[in-house]
Amino acid sequence: MELLYSVCVGVLVSCGVFLILRARSFPIVLGLTMLSYAVNLFLFSSGRLTINKAAILSSNEQYADPLPQALVLTAIVIGFAMTAFSIILAIRARADLGNDYVNQQTQVNNKIGAKK
Amino acid sequence: MALFWVPIITTIGSLLSSFTTKLSRNETAAIALTAPLIALAICLYHAPAVYSGQTLYDHIQWLDIVGIHISFRFDGLSLLFSLLILGIGCLVIFYARYYLSEKDSLPKLYAYLLLFMTAMLGIVMSNNMLQLWFFWELTSISSFLLISYWSDKAEARKGALMALIITGAGGLALLAGLLILGNIVGSYQIDQVLASGELIKQSQWYEVSLVLILLGAFTKSAQFPFHFWLPHAMAAPTPVSAYLHSATMVKAGIFLMARFYPVLAGTDIWFIIVSLTGLATLLLGAYVALFKHDLKGLLAYSTISHLGLITLLLGLDTELATVAAIFHIINHATFKASLFMATGIIDHETGTRDMRKLNGMWKYMPFTATLAMVSAAAMAGVPLLNGFLSKEMFFAETLHSQLLGSMSWLIPVLATLAGALSVAYSARFIHDVFFNGDPIDLPKQPHEAPRYMRVPIEILVAICLLVGMFPNLVVDGLLDVASSAVLTTKTPVFEIALWHGFNLPLLMSALAVVGGLTIYALRKHLFQFQASLPTLEGRSIFEKSFESILLWCQMRIEQFENGSLQRYIIILIAVFLFFASAPLFDMQKLVGESQLRPIDMFNAVGSALLIAGAVATVIWHRQRMVSLIMISIVGLMVSVAFTRFSAPDLALTQLSVEVVTIVLLMLALFFLPQKTPKESTSIRVLRDVLIATGCGVVVGSICYALITRPLDSISQFFIANAKTGGGGTNVVNVILVDFRGFDTLGEITVLGIAALGIYKLLNNLPLFVPSTDGEGRKWAKEKYPILLATISQTLLPLALLVSAFIFIRGHNLPGGGFIAGLVTATAIILQYIAHGSNWVGTRLVLNYRKTIAGGVMIATICGLGSLLFEKPFLTSWFDYFDIPFVGKTELASAMIFDLGVYITVVGATMMILASLGQQTASDDPKSESKSIGAK
Repeated sequence: MELLYSVCVGVLVSCGVFLILRARSFPIVLGLTMLSYAVNLFLFSSGRLTINKAAILSSNEQYADPLPQALVLTAIVIGFAMTAFSIILAIRARADLGNDYVNQQTQVNNKIGAKK
Repeated sequence: MALFWVPIITTIGSLLSSFTTKLSRNETAAIALTAPLIALAICLYHAPAVYSGQTLYDHIQWLDIVGIHISFRFDGLSLLFSLLILGIGCLVIFYARYYLSEKDSLPKLYAYLLLFMTAMLGIVMSNNMLQLWFFWELTSISSFLLISYWSDKAEARKGALMALIITGAGGLALLAGLLILGNIVGSYQIDQVLASGELIKQSQWYEVSLVLILLGAFTKSAQFPFHFWLPHAMAAPTPVSAYLHSATMVKAGIFLMARFYPVLAGTDIWFIIVSLTGLATLLLGAYVALFKHDLKGLLAYSTISHLGLITLLLGLDTELATVAAIFHIINHATFKASLFMATGIIDHETGTRDMRKLNGMWKYMPFTATLAMVSAAAMAGVPLLNGFLSKEMFFAETLHSQLLGSMSWLIPVLATLAGALSVAYSARFIHDVFFNGDPIDLPKQPHEAPRYMRVPIEILVAICLLVGMFPNLVVDGLLDVASSAVLTTKTPVFEIALWHGFNLPLLMSALAVVGGLTIYALRKHLFQFQASLPTLEGRSIFEKSFESILLWCQMRIEQFENGSLQRYIIILIAVFLFFASAPLFDMQKLVGESQLRPIDMFNAVGSALLIAGAVATVIWHRQRMVSLIMISIVGLMVSVAFTRFSAPDLALTQLSVEVVTIVLLMLALFFLPQKTPKESTSIRVLRDVLIATGCGVVVGSICYALITRPLDSISQFFIANAKTGGGGTNVVNVILVDFRGFDTLGEITVLGIAALGIYKLLNNLPLFVPSTDGEGRKWAKEKYPILLATISQTLLPLALLVSAFIFIRGHNLPGGGFIAGLVTATAIILQYIAHGSNWVGTRLVLNYRKTIAGGVMIATICGLGSLLFEKPFLTSWFDYFDIPFVGKTELASAMIFDLGVYITVVGATMMILASLGQQTASDDPKSESKSIGAK
């Protein structure tokens, strides 16, 4: 199971990095979202994988590690803020510049120049 | 009066001068003169004490730990230099008033000159090495400003920059040297350093420190091979050249050598480096001076040559040589300053400094000519003038040198040769300019200079004559105290006299005069010979290496910084890959020693869906809507994973964030292109795939290595204290609102700031609203489907109830402010989707900005509340109450904090979505081409 979990994290990282390396804003935002999934899962797993041992105090002796959970919880919310900010930035960039390339200066000029 | 007033007064003078732009030239000059005159008076007031052999100190304790103090000392050497700096400074200020034309700013020049004067005084009066260094750098900077005074001239700017770089680099070397010296002695106070000569010379760091300090001195004093900046600094106005490049700044290096002479000199390495550098500079300067057609160029190289002479004297192993060096400092300052001023007059009155055009000036300006000729004769070393005396001493001392072993006879011979060259260029100065036929093609009709412009030269020439004829009367005492300050012993008995009888030095002087005149007579042949030699200019070497360094840096920068953000990311990721994977290869085994769990059906299906969703997102990333749906599968599976692995709080949070995120991204996609065109080349895609796979492999491996190893956690503390200390059984929530409450406060603040940033980004956004979807289909006419509208309205109170429930139970069971806030936000967003923002806007009057602020404020005040009870910030309090109908209930102050979190999350989420959603409702859909017309 640990192996499967790690494979999932690895796949998410790969997909996230690939999307981040695209030239348009929307895939990059998706890539960032994907990467934050991966990072959250990774951080969460530093408390090890436990089943049916939620850190709700009861008669149990063993609990899942609550500290990474608390950290990841805030990370999820902050990750949302970041995704929101970057997508709005993308909208703003498109509205102001007329396209959604991330490399506004070089690539756009070349592309426009090539078309005309 | 205290010594530290001297630099303070000149600083005040500098500031005052910069405000005199509205005054007349005479008033400006008078104000500028005041400060140095007062400073001079203070120095003279202290002179008797110094003459009697005292060293005066003035000390303000400052930064004890680093050994920097405001500390001044005033001994014979300081007195001598202060008199030169202030005396010649006054003359230069007076002279500049007549030299500068109406269109040049006199206050600017005076402000810089006085600043420079402050720096020089600071150097010669410092008793702390770091303070000395500070003033040293200040001379570099102020001389930069002075050289580039005519900043519209490229020559001036280049010359200033070159001087700054060379002397600045030397200054850095000097700093290093002084730091080492201070380290050896254990103090930066110069009086303590001067008392530790033996300690310093025995230190293994002595050589390093010596070489670094000498580098500083040689660059400042334009010694070979750093001499080339000085001629280019001649682009400065002539008063500046007279002041900086003859009398004062270039002497700062000499001063430095003299100041540290007691502790650094006396070893073989000192004598070899200093004397050979001095000798090379002496000869080179004298030789090149002969071939300069520009008057200032001739004087510049002559200055270099004389600085070499003084350096050589400091490098000769006799005490009398040091006395001669001090003597020559005085003499050179007087005759060279007057020569520069005379050159300024010639330039001023004829419009040129080219000796090939300037001829026969005697007819036009007999007074100036007389003065200049006397000074030039002093430079050549003609008897009855001061230059003769010090040169005679110099010749005498070279005879005693044992520096080159059996070849030591070379030194007096080379000294005589340099003397002859000096006579030759002095003769050229006199004969070419004032006689030698008629002027050729001058820009102006030459005439005599204004009366007062000649006054400073007259004073200096008078000093040359007085010292030359009555040395014992005029200069003996000053020379004595200055030399004893350098030697730190009683000055050796010396006798300056015009006539010592027929001896070897006299013969050398005679040979120099005869030889020099012969060289001058043969100058035409020499000029031809020189012209046939390939020119090797220090400046071009300097500029070429300077340019190539800049070019190299530029290329390196461009290699990395080509404007492509992907490229930066790739470099970043590649660096990460390298450093993160390196330790993996060092590990024996990836898998750890924990017991592994088997894969069950549930996990297998979940993982398969997650992987499929992630891969599908990538595969369909050009069709943005599809990839968005695919990524929502991933998010869902992540929350399922949290549920599975005992993290109910995370699962709830992830689920609600997922809903909000996907709604937001869909809304955003409305304003963005629906498809990504295919642009990347195959090779680029391959590269990206390789890098992405590499990252995945590395992170996955690290993750695997991590989770298969036993856990050593600090969490036991939280589990043990959650109930007793925090009053809650949901440990995650207790950590959030109690143990790590300060973190959470930071997080909600960040969330609020992000929301405000988004609000600002959307302000005045020139959006275009597409009239069709990506496939060209019109939007549906029915904007708000009635079914959704009805159901959502029914759901709202239920959702809010759930949210309240989640909030209240959060402290003990999964839930809490974050999750409740997101659930509330989702419920309200559903209303927006179902009814449109206008509909919601009229019913829900909520200023989201104030909501965010209110939330953060509640959380902060709750935290501050604990201060009232004299507990640390954010200490929580709880107790149990018996509430009617409800029963025994726990109330905790942490709940108020959590309420702040809740309100902030609702406000921020709603602000983000509602602000964007507002854009769609604001006006009718426009056609894409119309509103994008600006493009």
